[in-house]
Parts: sequence; structure tokens; C-alpha cells
Amino acid sequence: MTLPQLFFAYFAVSITGLSLLVVTRKNPVHGVLWMLVLFVHIAMLYLFLNAEFLAAIQIIIYAGAILVLFLFVVMLLNLRVEETERRFQWSWPVGLVAAGGYAVSLIFILVKITVFPQPGHYTIEKMQTEGNLMIIGKVLYTKYLLPFEITSLILLVAIIGAVVLTKKKQE
Amino acid sequence: MDTAILIFKIVMVVSVVLLHVAYVVYFERKVIGHMQARLGPMRVGWHGLLQPIADFIKLFFKEDIIPFSADKPIFFIAPVIGVIAALGSFAVIPLWDGFIIADINIGILFILALSSVGAYSIILAGWASNSKYSFLGGLRSSAQVISYEIAMGLSIVGVIMQSGSASLSDIVNAQADGPFIFTQFIGFFVFLMSALAETNRVPFDMPEAETELVAGYATEYSGMRFGLFFMAEYAGMFVMSSLAAICFFGGWRGPDFWIFSHVPGIFWFLLKVYAVIFFYFWIRATLPRYRYDQLMSLGWKLFIPLALANIVITALWKLL
Repeated sequence: MTLPQLFFAYFAVSITGLSLLVVTRKNPVHGVLWMLVLFVHIAMLYLFLNAEFLAAIQIIIYAGAILVLFLFVVMLLNLRVEETERRFQWSWPVGLVAAGGYAVSLIFILVKITVFPQPGHYTIEKMQTEGNLMIIGKVLYTKYLLPFEITSLILLVAIIGAVVLTKKKQE
Repeated sequence: MDTAILIFKIVMVVSVVLLHVAYVVYFERKVIGHMQARLGPMRVGWHGLLQPIADFIKLFFKEDIIPFSADKPIFFIAPVIGVIAALGSFAVIPLWDGFIIADINIGILFILALSSVGAYSIILAGWASNSKYSFLGGLRSSAQVISYEIAMGLSIVGVIMQSGSASLSDIVNAQADGPFIFTQFIGFFVFLMSALAETNRVPFDMPEAETELVAGYATEYSGMRFGLFFMAEYAGMFVMSSLAAICFFGGWRGPDFWIFSHVPGIFWFLLKVYAVIFFYFWIRATLPRYRYDQLMSLGWKLFIPLALANIVITALWKLL
């Protein structure tokens, strides 16, 4: 095995293992912490693929903001009591069906994928000379302008929704 | 051979930075002492110069007390995360022309990412201690850090737009005609204030407000573990001051005339960094602590809109 393959093998194995750790921990705070380690591993995988910008964003947004809010919720709710209640346990057959369907569709997709596609327009050399940030910015604002604007509109709706929800009703 | 040089660089930077961190504490005690008409540390060595070393030895040999009901693995890991996040940031900071451990083209984002990971050390310390004071300190701190991170990130966007790069060396090189402080003063103001909140300094030191929370998240920590938190805080302050010096004051660049052009870059860099650090101490000796709701409304209702306005102004100015 070459060095890149060895690296990839490490990440593949550890990411799978970490995901298992996230869902199997009894203590929800520990689960969230394993998720933090998982996110760091995913960021490293992005780095390994020469996507520095995505790696940094993965850490800043997912580990730095979203997961902290997760941690907040998990710390403030008393989950140790609630997890023994029946109404939080009925959903596992639904989860099993969903996960099984996902696994089957993933297998079908994996069969169709060609392992080494032709190198695209953005090669590693181009990424290194022009810079990750520059290329992503250009592509987002020219080729994918419409999806980008739609995404920002969806986020705006979410922001307004949060403001409306938290605003006190004035009599 | 390259690897050996790299390791040598890392060891050098880490040891020099740790020495600076120790003496920043001394500097702070001296400055605040004189501002309050005291002398500050005087006993250990000439004018108390050996005080940091004495403090270090004391912290290192103190008994390490772990609360009985603490979540031990997380209790152990929390201070280490803080120190790693703070020291890791020095990998992308250019100390003088050409001296940088890793010249990556997303340097600023790297520092922001590490500072958001650093917030975990405080939240986890607060939770793992299993004490009300620590927990409240941890919660306050995480809310504060998340809020001010947005303002800080947005305040630097102006600098990135003006220099056209997120690499710290490129930003310094873009300031050859003059530092960005003149064009980015709104960004600088927002950055400086957010950096105060981000490093939990007075007047935003809510997470460790002594009068309300004993010592906040660090209440249950003792000995060297407490020392690590202390180190992480001051190293974080050093990182933020370096970022201010690089993004707004032109980093290692000094005035380019007469004998000033022969002064090495590291001198100018350290001068700027210590000027910012001195400003931190000055504020600490001057201002009282904010109330928590004031802190939040200041962050969300003043700094974030100001930073957004700064981005719009910079964009318009770039267009013209």
C-alpha cells in the first residue's frame, strides 16, 4: 500500500469507528464529544483532498458553532432520565428501515461509480496556484449563482423564523 | 533535512512563545500595579523579574485536586484542548519576513477555526467539574464566544477583501503602502473589542467573574491544570494581538526611511504586538465589568451590524 492509501485507510476506519462511538455512548455529552473528534477527522480528510477551505469551514461551522449548540442542548436537558421513557424508544424500527433503505441505495450507487474518473477542470496544480478560496468564490458567484442565492434565501427564512419564534408577544 | 529544520522551527517558536506568555503575566501585573499606584511584584529577583518562574514552580508542585464526582477523562482533556488550540495558531503567524512555520493560504480561517475549538476547553471544563459555578461559567463563556466569533470573523473580511488574500504573509505584503488601520478602522475597532470578548478579558470576563462565580469554569481546577488554563488564556491573547498587528498594523513592516529600514522585522512585530497587549491591560485597569445582557446586546446589535457595514463600505470602495 502506498502512503496516500494508508492515510485514506486510517481515515475510513477511524471515521466509521467514531460514528459508532457517537451513537453507542450512554452519556450524551460523551457522544457529542466523539462527534467533535469525528468532525476533525472529516476536516482532515478534506485537507488530504486539497480542499483547505472546506476543511477550515468544516471546523468553524460544524465543530465551532453547530456542535456547541448541540452540546448546550444536551447539557441543559436531563437526557439520562428521558432515555428510559417509552415514548422515546418506539422509533427504532423506523430508524432501522430508513438506515436499511439508505444502505441498499448506497450499494447501488457504489456499483455504478467508476473508480478513477478523468481529472476535471480544477486539477490539483490549478488549485495550488490559484488558491482554494479564490476558485470556490469564483465558481459560486458565476456558475452556481442561482443555487447559491436560493441557499441564502432559505437561510434568511430560517433566521426570520428564529426571530419570530423568540419575539415576545406584545399585548 | 527539511523536516529537521521544521521541527527546530516548531520547538523554537513554542519555547519562545511560552517564555513570552510567562512574561506577559509579569508585564500585566507591573502595568496594572503602576496604574493603581502600586509597585507590582518586587520580591523575587531584581524588580520581581523572576516572579513568573517562581509562579511556575509553585503551580507545578502544587497538589492536584480532582473533584470526586467529576467526569475524569473530560476533566483532564479540557485544559489540554485550550493549550493546543492557542499554541497551534502560532503555526500560521509570520514573525518576520519569510519566517513562518506553515504558510497556508487560509491562515486567517485556520486561526478562527482553532479559536472556535478552543471554546470547547472552557465549556467542557465547566461541565466536567460537576459544580454549579463552573457550569454557569462554561455556559456563559460558550454563548459569549459564539456571539463574538461572528463579529470577529466579519471584521476581518474587510482586510481579506482589501488585500485579496486570506494568507497572513500576503496580508502583510499588501500593506507595503501603509497599514490597513487607516482604511479599516471600523473593522479594527470591532476586531479589538471582539478579541477582548473572545479571550475573556475585562470588561468581558463574564466566564470568570470573581464576584459572581468564584473563578468560573476554573473553580475546581488546581495546580498545573489551572496553570494550563492560565497559559491558554495568555497565549490566546498573544495570538489575537499578533492577528491585530498583522491585519491592521502591517506585521513585521516598519517605517522605511533613515535608520529605521535597518531594524529587523521581528522588532517591529513585537513592538506592535506588545502595544496591543498593553492596550488590553490599560482597559483592564480602567473599565468595570459589563453585565451579561449588555454584553450580548452589544455583540449582536452593535458589533455585527458595524462589521457588516464595514464589509459593504470596503466593497463599494473597491469598486470605485
